[in-house]
Amino acid sequence: MISLKSVRKTFRVAKRQAGFSRAVKALFSREYELVRALDDISFDIRDGEMVGYIGPNGAGKSTTIKIMCGVLTPDSGSCSIDGRTPWKERIAHVREIGVVFGQRSQLWWDVPVADSFQLIRDIYKVDGASYRKTLDELTERLDLNEILKTPARSLSLGQRMRCEIAASLLHSPRTLFLDEPTIGLDAVSKIAVRQFIKKLNAERGTTVILTTHDMQDIEALTERILLIGKGKILLDGSLAELKKRSPEALDMTSEEMVAALYREFKI
Amino acid sequence: MGLYIKYFAMHLKSQMQYKVSFCLTALGQFLVSFSAFLGIYFMFTHFNTVEGFTFQETLLCFAVVLMAFSLAEMLGRGFDLFPRMLGNGEFDRALVRPRNVIFQVLLSQMDFSRLGRVIQAALVFVYAIPNSGVLWTWDKVVTLILMVTCGSLVFFGLFLLYAAISFFTVEGLEFMNIFTDGGREFGRYPFSVYGENILRFLTYIIPLALFQIYPLLYLLGRVTSRLYMLLPLVSLLFLVPCVLLFRLGLRRYKSTGS
Repeated sequence: MISLKSVRKTFRVAKRQAGFSRAVKALFSREYELVRALDDISFDIRDGEMVGYIGPNGAGKSTTIKIMCGVLTPDSGSCSIDGRTPWKERIAHVREIGVVFGQRSQLWWDVPVADSFQLIRDIYKVDGASYRKTLDELTERLDLNEILKTPARSLSLGQRMRCEIAASLLHSPRTLFLDEPTIGLDAVSKIAVRQFIKKLNAERGTTVILTTHDMQDIEALTERILLIGKGKILLDGSLAELKKRSPEALDMTSEEMVAALYREFKI
Repeated sequence: MGLYIKYFAMHLKSQMQYKVSFCLTALGQFLVSFSAFLGIYFMFTHFNTVEGFTFQETLLCFAVVLMAFSLAEMLGRGFDLFPRMLGNGEFDRALVRPRNVIFQVLLSQMDFSRLGRVIQAALVFVYAIPNSGVLWTWDKVVTLILMVTCGSLVFFGLFLLYAAISFFTVEGLEFMNIFTDGGREFGRYPFSVYGENILRFLTYIIPLALFQIYPLLYLLGRVTSRLYMLLPLVSLLFLVPCVLLFRLGLRRYKSTGS
């Protein structure tokens, strides 16, 4: 159970101006601008739900995910995940979550993937028997058998993403955060990743929170969409519900509909 | 500790992927510190003593500082590269893992090519220990071990301090190298040769002298108070503000995210 209540987060960003004289001036006195990254964000996610978190770049998606992972502390508001406040009980909290940052790797570049997995097992102190069971299952589901002995640097992007997802699940987390998991993947890999996530959610009941710009991810995976823009939750509902909002939307593809929504909310 | 060994093995495995590069870097490290050795050597071809220390005595000092520094650098390299870890987001990964953050930063990098320096320091020890004129009773042996281990921890504290400051500045601060690399370079000679003010600074502010000149005087039998033997342990107090500043930086990071 995830519950966010009026979470606010403001960043102080140094104003940067073009021109040499201004750059020199900035050395001595910086002007700061307050950017409201999150402005009164509230939502609840039940156990076993699969939620798509969408919004344009810079809308506050990553900030929300970081708060839920315990990386960032909000200015105000509360966040409770399985009864814990992430930034207060970091270690107990992160034991129960898995995080995939689509743009960054947690695998060791120069050693076989299997060794990276082994090290993650030691970091999370997973006991031998359940580790083997989980690994066998993940290997089969994600078709990793051939690539476990390969160093990460020799993997294709699709292969690497499959390994990243496996790496985030070795400790059997209750909640999985996926930050753009299909970015840059080819069609086959995308479908493989989606099918895997769907099965994981159905069979293990893992709660999945997914940010993406790929509407097909959303269509294939999530029942529920949270649309965020300018730090506020603008819509919360299923894709079908969103389509019902206006008559034109019915004939649109999901992509067009989202673009229409961005225009409608001017985000 | 188990995890430390596992990481150690992984880093070793990674670096052995590039054997030629590894060997050349290690050789380079060896040669660089060898030139420092030559510097001392030529100095003593002109003078018999520097501020009352003979060539062999100075070598002992050189070996202690070099060994302490190289061990700290080999193991604490993660702090040295910490600004990069902050910049590329690797640090967020450390925050979503159920382990102590400082420990994870420490584990994130280990540089074995620094072995070149360690070997050099060991060689100098082999020469200087029998030739320094020290009568090696048990207390002298303990003193020497304390000098190296505590020295290594103080350098380690400096690296940690460097990492902590980069929370506030994002970019690494080169001025910190005055104390780390500078400490290594100037530490070739007993710190007392640089005059009273510098010695005072290195005693009370950045306690490099506490594991160098004072216990060295005890080793050489110039002072007999046991206090001098135990001063390296006092230098460990330096780690307290380093850890606190890192904690403070971490708190700031968590509220700014950059």
